[in-house]
This record gives sequence, structure tokens and C-alpha cells, in this order.
Amino acid sequence: MSEQSENIIRTEMEKSPLPKGRDIIAPAAMLVALSACGGGSGSGSSAAGASSGTGATTTPTLPTPADGRITIDPVTRIEGHLRLETEIKNGQVASAWSSGMLFRGIETILKGRNPEDAWLFTQRLCGVCTYVHGEASVRCVENALGITVPSNARVVRNLLMGAQFLHDHIVHFYHLSALDWVDITSALQADPAATAALATSISPDAPAIDFAASKTRLQALVSSGQLGIFAGAYWPHEAYLLTPEENLLLAAHYLEALKLQAKAVRMHAIFGGKNPHVQSLRVGGVTCSYDIDAARISEFCAVLDEVRAFIDTVYLPDAVLVAQAYPEWAGLGATSNLLAYGEFPQTESEPASLYFPQGVIMNRGPVAALNPADIHEHVRHSWYEGEAALQPSSGVTAPMFTAHDTADRYSWLKAPRYQGEPVEVGPLARVMIAYGLNHPEIKAAVDGFLQEAGLELSQMYSTIGRIAARALETQVIAGAMGSWLNQLQPGGSVFQSWSMPASASGYGLNEAPRGAVGHWLQIQNGTIGNYQLVVPSTWNFGPRCSADKPGPVESALVGTPVVDTQRPVEILRTVHSFDPCIACAVHVIDPKQDKVYTVRAA
Amino acid sequence: MIDHEKEGKRQDGISRRQFLKFCGIVAGALGLDATFGPKIFEAFAAGPRPSVLWLHFAECTGCTEAVLRTSSPGFADLIFDTISLDYHETLMAAAGDTVEQILASAAEQNKGQFFCVVEGAIPTAAGGAYGWIGGRTMLSIAQEICPKAKAIIAIGNCASYGGLPAAAPNPTGAAGVEDALGAALTVPVVNLPGCPPNPVNFVGVIANYLLQGTLPALDADGRPTFAYGKTVHSQCPFRENESRCLEDFGCKGKICGNNCPTIKFNDATSFPMQAGHPCIGCSEPNFWDTMTPFYQKP
Repeated sequence: MSEQSENIIRTEMEKSPLPKGRDIIAPAAMLVALSACGGGSGSGSSAAGASSGTGATTTPTLPTPADGRITIDPVTRIEGHLRLETEIKNGQVASAWSSGMLFRGIETILKGRNPEDAWLFTQRLCGVCTYVHGEASVRCVENALGITVPSNARVVRNLLMGAQFLHDHIVHFYHLSALDWVDITSALQADPAATAALATSISPDAPAIDFAASKTRLQALVSSGQLGIFAGAYWPHEAYLLTPEENLLLAAHYLEALKLQAKAVRMHAIFGGKNPHVQSLRVGGVTCSYDIDAARISEFCAVLDEVRAFIDTVYLPDAVLVAQAYPEWAGLGATSNLLAYGEFPQTESEPASLYFPQGVIMNRGPVAALNPADIHEHVRHSWYEGEAALQPSSGVTAPMFTAHDTADRYSWLKAPRYQGEPVEVGPLARVMIAYGLNHPEIKAAVDGFLQEAGLELSQMYSTIGRIAARALETQVIAGAMGSWLNQLQPGGSVFQSWSMPASASGYGLNEAPRGAVGHWLQIQNGTIGNYQLVVPSTWNFGPRCSADKPGPVESALVGTPVVDTQRPVEILRTVHSFDPCIACAVHVIDPKQDKVYTVRAA
Repeated sequence: MIDHEKEGKRQDGISRRQFLKFCGIVAGALGLDATFGPKIFEAFAAGPRPSVLWLHFAECTGCTEAVLRTSSPGFADLIFDTISLDYHETLMAAAGDTVEQILASAAEQNKGQFFCVVEGAIPTAAGGAYGWIGGRTMLSIAQEICPKAKAIIAIGNCASYGGLPAAAPNPTGAAGVEDALGAALTVPVVNLPGCPPNPVNFVGVIANYLLQGTLPALDADGRPTFAYGKTVHSQCPFRENESRCLEDFGCKGKICGNNCPTIKFNDATSFPMQAGHPCIGCSEPNFWDTMTPFYQKP
């Protein structure tokens, strides 16, 4: 690879080198154009490497600029393929734009198929949020059929969803985001005895860990010269503030969490047959009737207890440690509007019985009831035809690429808005909405955290608040799951029979660990006529809307300090705090022409 | 490069006993008798860790998540002691151009020596324009990296045969590794289909190589016969059980090869038919089209 590759990030001196103008060309051409754009900013070798004949010949201008653009592509430690572009002024992010980089066309594939099969397809939207899109789909079809599933099925689904949250949030904290805050090289300088003392002081009940062995293990990896997944990290870096002992503590927990997460997914296997991609749902209920017995319930309980102990004595204290060590980040990465569909129905009555309530907070005000009619999807800055903002149930997906122009259209993600405003979905939304409604367990957890971390409630609106909310809801869900387990009735019904109508429509809402998920379905001739999704990372990572208001992540990044444009770990901190999951965020596409256009990058 | 520290190898917190247990499980999956466990142990413990470059294309990351669940000894032990996972977008600390540089240089430095794991299908329509990483098409990345490998492990149905994105009407021209790269590819490919596949079979392929210096015997669809040589039905404990056999509910176990009922998933906790759900045939080529509708008898 060329010398350009030696730069950690590409820095753009100029705005998009792509042709402006509004010529409508095929999606494929857009993708080539994106490449050309990358070429203009430093990946000339890659654009040229596309054998399809792009004409991207501009020699990259590298690096320098204090006031240039930073492009991170690929963003790693996420699900999916994300490109992030930021403009830096006076050492801070002034503007940000995000783009999803992969198209699979699953909605197109679903058309004409049996609605009953859809959940097995949609579950594969994402293997990280496994289960979530499967459940949303069966709820969607059940809504269209007008049926309610038996209590046993509802409880099994809550347990599977709860287990998904526990696993996903633990993996996100340790394996996807911790390395933004933890310096593994610093851990090699730690005193293991002092680390053990630190561990005891912040969490007396945590299981003892041989920190000397952890350190030896990390040292052996470094000494081997084969750094594997730790190669090329930004360490050392002045934005990393933990002591060597704190770094070793969290590095050791990174390893412990790898073991723990493999055990945690056994909860999915017990009632779901396997993980990832459980195989025990059906439209009308669940199939695991033989597993609803005393032995399996007790097996589930044992795993839950072990995971719960880890959350209480390791995960939560570590989240507090990060919050205390990085107080500046309780003032960065903020948004102001939050939305949750809610999750965990406790009876047949929804949304009234949802354990995590449904609601909306606008401008950090009181919680209001969600009105689905206030949700619209904007396309003014997306590569779709038209300017109108439409409701998801009547959504139109007509691809139209013009150019990769951040002043005009620049994303395949639509821009969902609530009452015309961008809203954040995910753990912070769920927790603040529940807090605002005086949810007893959430309120106690949040107040306890704020006291321990020395923060105010208003500081929850931040990167640290998002990380804390994720940990706090994990603890609350784990606490509730034991009582849900007790609601299972061995021998009870797990399935409500149904017959497929020739035509019907329905929707299914739920909460992925990353935020609100909505599926909309039209059944025609007993098959899938149309399937639409509005998913968490579209809400959070969508572009500007008709009124030029930035999306949640785009606005949250503004003001982020970047001390070293070559190593912008600060940008990754806030991006990772949203837990991007891009595979399901980008939809489409039925290309009008299967042809590559030549786009000149000049 | 510093010589692999053999003495440091077992100072790492996992005991010899745990590791031997793991090697025993792998030997079982490979159909070897128990005496091979110690031999696999020796194979894993010797020399520099083999480099593994893991490429993510048109996928859902479910196969990565599956391998993350490997246990006895576990994923950390796999990447600290057994292999050197030099490129993996979901887990790497680094980001942006740095990781692309790591990929290129690792492939060059270990040319002919590394295992290339491919997860996800390769979009081939429009010259590969439906999937991009670091400003390059996934197709061009595959064309550059895969031929330099010692062997390619196509993990999951998407990398093996195209999988979900290749389901009709296959809007992005998605294809598995062998189809996407065609005759120009001379490196051996092992397909490990499944949605996702069992991680024990993934580790088994690597163990087999370290142990015998060869890739496992493959069937006509490029799958290791040790894992896919028998039908699911022939190993299913419910095949003679009238109240639990799911054939009338659409089970594809008779026309799908895999070892799910014997190895099971997640520390042998369960498998789909134990959870009362029919087999969907997920380790067969084009199963999203050939095995649907899933709930009708084939």
C-alpha cells in the first residue's frame, strides 16, 4: 500500500472534489463517487484499485491542517461499515457527517415471500442485535393478524430480549468502547498488588483476579511482537487519563468479560436453541415448550445469577470509574431530544404494561406520550427522490444519487424526525424517559450513580451519561429477569393459532439495545407486499433534514475537542457511545442500472 | 520479530488442564479419538501463532459473534495463545487508514502463510459497488488479499455461497468467495456454512491444519466432511420420537448436512430441534430460496 496509508486518518483540505450539480445517476455511481471522494482525501490508491474503472486521479493532499476535515473509514469496533467525516476548527469538531457503506437489499428480497418466514430473514439484519429484529418481525405480523400471544410466549420473549440486552451491553462496554478510554500499554506499567487494592476499594464483592497473571499475559502478547487486535492503537495519547493500575484493572476485566459473555448467551440457547440467531420464535408464540420446565428454568437462573453478579460488582463499578476519571465527558457529546418505544410487556396491554416505558422528551423537558403520527422521514439530504417528509407506514424508497456533497445530499440513511426535530434513541432515551416517569428501579439506579460519580442529572445528557445509562439499565433488567422467570408456567400454552389473510397491514415496535426499532408490513395476496424498517442507527446516525438540522450524532459531535487530528480518539468516544450498528441502518436498493459510471474526482 | 516465548505461553492464566479439555472437544468434533487431544495441544503450543486476517464483507457480524462464543478455553485464549488475529474490524483497537495499512502489510509479510477468514458475501454487481471499506470495494479487497493466503476459511453461508444477500432477486450480485473470485483463485477454500456456523467446527479446521499440516477432507460443496458429512436428521435424537419429530412442520434435517445435534451450541446447551423449531437447512447452498417456505414439508 502507498505512503498515504501511513497516515492514521485522512485529512481533507478541500470540500468534496466531486462534481456538483443535480444529475440523477444510479446508486452504483454514487458508490464510485464516494470512493472518488475518498480518493480526493487520501485513498487514491484504493479508488484506483477499483477495477471498475473510476477516474479518480487526484493526488491526495496530506496531512497537516488544523482546520481541515478528518475522515475515519472504516470506523472499527462497531457492527457494519461506517464512514465518518468531520470538520475541525480551533481544535474542535465544527461539523460532522456520517455515511453507511454497505447495501444488502433485504427489503427487496422479502417481497413476495411468506410473512411467517420474515422473522428468520430480518433477524439476520444484524448478528450483534441478534433476536431483536426477529422479535420485531413476529410482533409486526401478529399485529397484522390481530392476535395476542399466550402469556408463556410473552414471558419467554421478555427473557430472550433481556438476555440480549445483558450480553450486548457488556460486550459493548468492554470490547467495543473500552479501548477509547483504556490504554493497554499503560497497564504494563501497573503494580499488580496496587491494582488488587484498587479493585477491592471500588468493588469489595468483586471476584478476586490475579492481576499479575493478567499483566504477564498482556506483556507476553506485546513481547511476542504479534500484537493482533491491539496493533496500531492510539496509545500513548494525552487524552487517556487513567492511571496504570486503573488501566490494568479494566484490561483484566476486558478479558474476564470475554469469558463471561460466552456464558451469558447460554440464556439464549436455553429457550432459543442457539445464539447468535435464536430459533424458537414463531408467528403466534414460541416453540420451546419442552424447555419450559423446572430443570431449564433453574439452569437459566444459574446463568442469570452469575451474569448479574458480574454486572453489579464489575461492570457498574467500572462505568463509575470511567465517569469519575473523565469528568469533562459529562459535558460533551450531548443531545436534547429522546424517544423510546418501550419494551418488556408485563401483560397483554401495550404500551401501558411495558416495564421500560414508551415516551418522548423534547428539549430536555417533561416526558410526553409518543404519537406515531408525529414521526416523519426526511430525504432532503439523502439520496432519495423528492423533498417531502413522509410517515414510515406510507414511506417511499426511490433511490436517486446526485453527488456526495455535504451541503446537499450525502447519505443513504433517511433522516427520521419527531415533530420535525432530531431525536436520540437508545439507553439514554430509555433511562431518562423512565426516570421522568418515576420508574422506581431506574430512578434509584440513576440517583445512586449520580451521587457516586459526583454528577448532576442534567449531565446525563452527555457521552458519559450515555455510557452510564447503558450500564444502569443492564443492572435494572438483570434485576427484573428473575421475577419474569417465575412467571413461566410449565405445561402452559406457548402458541396462538392463526390463519393468514389475503391482505392486511401491521407494525411491530420494540427496543434493540441500541434503541427504538419499528417494522411496518403490508400483506398482499397472503405474501409480503411491502416491508419497511426504521431502526436505531437511522435515528441516531441519519443526516440533516429538510430544515438543515443535523442528526443526533452529527450534533453531538460538535464541540468535541480533538488534540491530535492524526489520532482522533475523542471522536470515536462519542460515536461509540451511541453503539452504532450499521448493517440494519442502511436499506434499499433496487438499482435502476447495473452499471458503473466514471466519476472524475477533480 | 521476537521469537515466540514458549516459556511465557503457559504463564497466562489458563491451565494446561483447561487447554487439554478444549483440545479434547476439538478432537471429538474432528472425529479423532481422545489420544489426539494432547497432540492438538502440542500443535497449538508450538511456534509463532499463525496469522489470521479476518475480512468483513456483506454480513451481519453473526459469524464473528459465534466465534466470540467459543469456550474451553475461550476467545481470549484463542487470540492470545493460538492465533494472531491481525485484522478484525469488529475488535481492533485502531481505526481508519491505520487498519487498512495493517491489512496490507500483514498480508504481504505473511504471504502464503496466513489464514484468511472471510465473513459475508462479496457484492459483485456493478463492479462491486455495493460494499466499500476504506474507499475500496469489498470485491477489490478480496481480490488483493485472498490470493496471498495459505488457505481461506469462508465462515458462514454468506461467504460460502452468498447467503442472505444472494437470496432472490440478489439485488447486489452477492456471491460466496469461490464464486466471486473464480478460477483465478488457486488458494484452497474451506466452506463453513451455517447461519451462523458452530464455532467448534471453525476451531476444528485450524486444529486439523496445525495437527496434520493439511486442510480437512471436503465434500462436493467444499465443506469439511467431519462436520457436514452426515445429515442433521441422522444425528437427531428426536427422529424416532413421534411427538417431537418436526418433519411435518417443515424440518429440513433430512436434506441438510451438519453436526448440530451432536456438537450442539453454546457449550452444548441446545440446538434448534431441542427448542422445538424445525431445521431451516442453513448450511446448504442457497437455502433462503431452496428451503423456503420454512414451515412447509419439503
